[in-house]
Amino acid sequence: MIDDWLERKQVCICAGSGGVGKTTTSAAIALGMAARGRKVAVLTIDPARRLANSLGLAELGNEECRVEVEGLDGELWAMMLDPKRTFDEIVDWHAPDERTRDAVLSNRIYQELSNAVAGSQEYMAMEKLHELHQEGRYDLLVLDTPPTRNALDFLDAPRRLTEFVDSRAIQLFAAPAGLGLKLLGRGTGMVFSVMQRATGIDLLADLGEFFRSFGGMTEGFRERAQLVNELLADSRTAFVLVTSPRRHALEDAVWFHHRLMDAGLPFAGVIANRVHQAGGAVGGAALDDLLDVELARKVMRTYEDERRLAERDRAGLADLRRRIGRKPILEVPHLHDDVHDLDGLRQMGAYLFSQTGAE
Amino acid sequence: MVVTGKGGVGKTTVSAALGLLAARAGKRTVICEVAEQEQLAAIFGVAASEHEERELRPRLHAISVDPERAKEEWLRYQLKSSALASVLGGSSVFRYLSAAAPGLSELVTIGKVWDLAQLERRTGGSEFDLTIVDAPATGHGVAMLRAPSTYASVARVGPIRRQALTIDRFLRDPRRTGVVVVALPEEMPVNETLDLERRLRDEMDMAVDRAIVNGLYPERFSGADAERLRAAEARGGGPVRAALAEHERAHGQRSQLRRLRRGLEAPVTTLPFLFQPELGPSQLDELADRLGRSL
Repeated sequence: MIDDWLERKQVCICAGSGGVGKTTTSAAIALGMAARGRKVAVLTIDPARRLANSLGLAELGNEECRVEVEGLDGELWAMMLDPKRTFDEIVDWHAPDERTRDAVLSNRIYQELSNAVAGSQEYMAMEKLHELHQEGRYDLLVLDTPPTRNALDFLDAPRRLTEFVDSRAIQLFAAPAGLGLKLLGRGTGMVFSVMQRATGIDLLADLGEFFRSFGGMTEGFRERAQLVNELLADSRTAFVLVTSPRRHALEDAVWFHHRLMDAGLPFAGVIANRVHQAGGAVGGAALDDLLDVELARKVMRTYEDERRLAERDRAGLADLRRRIGRKPILEVPHLHDDVHDLDGLRQMGAYLFSQTGAE
Repeated sequence: MVVTGKGGVGKTTVSAALGLLAARAGKRTVICEVAEQEQLAAIFGVAASEHEERELRPRLHAISVDPERAKEEWLRYQLKSSALASVLGGSSVFRYLSAAAPGLSELVTIGKVWDLAQLERRTGGSEFDLTIVDAPATGHGVAMLRAPSTYASVARVGPIRRQALTIDRFLRDPRRTGVVVVALPEEMPVNETLDLERRLRDEMDMAVDRAIVNGLYPERFSGADAERLRAAEARGGGPVRAALAEHERAHGQRSQLRRLRRGLEAPVTTLPFLFQPELGPSQLDELADRLGRSL
């Protein structure tokens, strides 16, 4: 059960494709661990109010906020990460002086950089995760990753981001105006003029200015990226894949699993949400004796429909289990109501946590 | 026609059903999948799109837009020279810098969609009467629609700026571009649909034309039926429990549907939950029939 997966963990990262209940699962894990005496913070970078919704809060700000729940042995906190602000804080931290900081923060290229390098939003979330982990105010951090198909882009983002600021071509921008271009050669000059025609952006001016101010900070960035990578690969971190039993979600889960394995990251297991249940055996009494004929027929039709879906889900999950090498899979049944409050989270938790603990 | 909504609500399914409906009505239609999804070709059993238009049925086509290929097309068009475009495309400096050009990827993607919708295609392709975009989930969908206006404010050079503005005007013209939001009759998808209508209005000055609520369970049991089922639950076993569970779900869905109808300005259409293990072409036809009756 998930409490075993997370027994010695300090960080839990929930990944999976969109619409599989990742936010809800993150919240249910955080609530359950808080009930078991841990001080837990659940983090999301999703500005849609999914996490606030599932914790029964009206809004969730960028500051950590304590969720008051009766009967917890530990504490539950929640926050929304603002990637842009995190990036600003990092610049602030690394900038040698105020002038450089202001030059970077007001640069147009910088202002768009968080969108420019694929996965950099996710990467910023990792930076913040690392920072919170360093501060050590929580026993466990649970991260809800963004609902994109490329939710694991952040695995590549540190490399891409440092490659971007490190690349030889880019470094030359940090040289005094004109000199960089000469070093890059005449061909590059042509590339720029053609580029300006093709993109309509005076990249030479904007990027030149950006890298002149940013150049001094690349070392700091590289070091941070290294630390973030170490945290992700640390044995105190656990990756949990969230999926639904539908075909495309399962395909994504297999792919996510491969990526985690390739990157050598600590994979704990899969949580499969909304699994249709066979509904139990037919009861002792014949339905026709209990109900009138027409109602009994409707009941049997419903039962057959459910069973067909349950059969599909069972086959899909068996296939998943085979393809990820028999790693643990926890199943959460398709609950009557979709989960969007603390009671719903507790109900979901009953399928994720062993029952010997608190609650 | 832009089809968006929360992740996992069935945007591709609804896009396909709308496409089938339009094609039956005699419109030459193309469905664009973006954001590295490519599901339609597989569902209809045709070769993967790889940025090419594929015919799924008579008059119905699908394309999966690849941002890199769209960028090349855009370059060729802007530079009016494929030689220059390939020099540029092969330059590593260009690869880094085009990644840094804010919103370029989204712009060329929506630019491709815009091109598909033009009577005179600049890529020289055939013309369509209707272009359906199976857009990314909520937040990313809005970002894609906003890309042309963002880009127009960043670009300094005339023609590109003008072109971004042309696309932006096209998207915001309610006579030419419609927005369909797909939802499920559940708490969080309903919240996101209400939020999305607000955001499109506030940030883009765009209205949602229609919400399509997917996966609505049938109401097989009346309140009196449910009473009798509860009385029989202990002895009836699995079938009775399954019936009661479905009854409660159908009931909960209807209260979410009412909440959506109350809060949303756009009209709401529903599609039934199909008790099928996976959706294939015949289920999509069935959903198109339903839409045809209710739209």
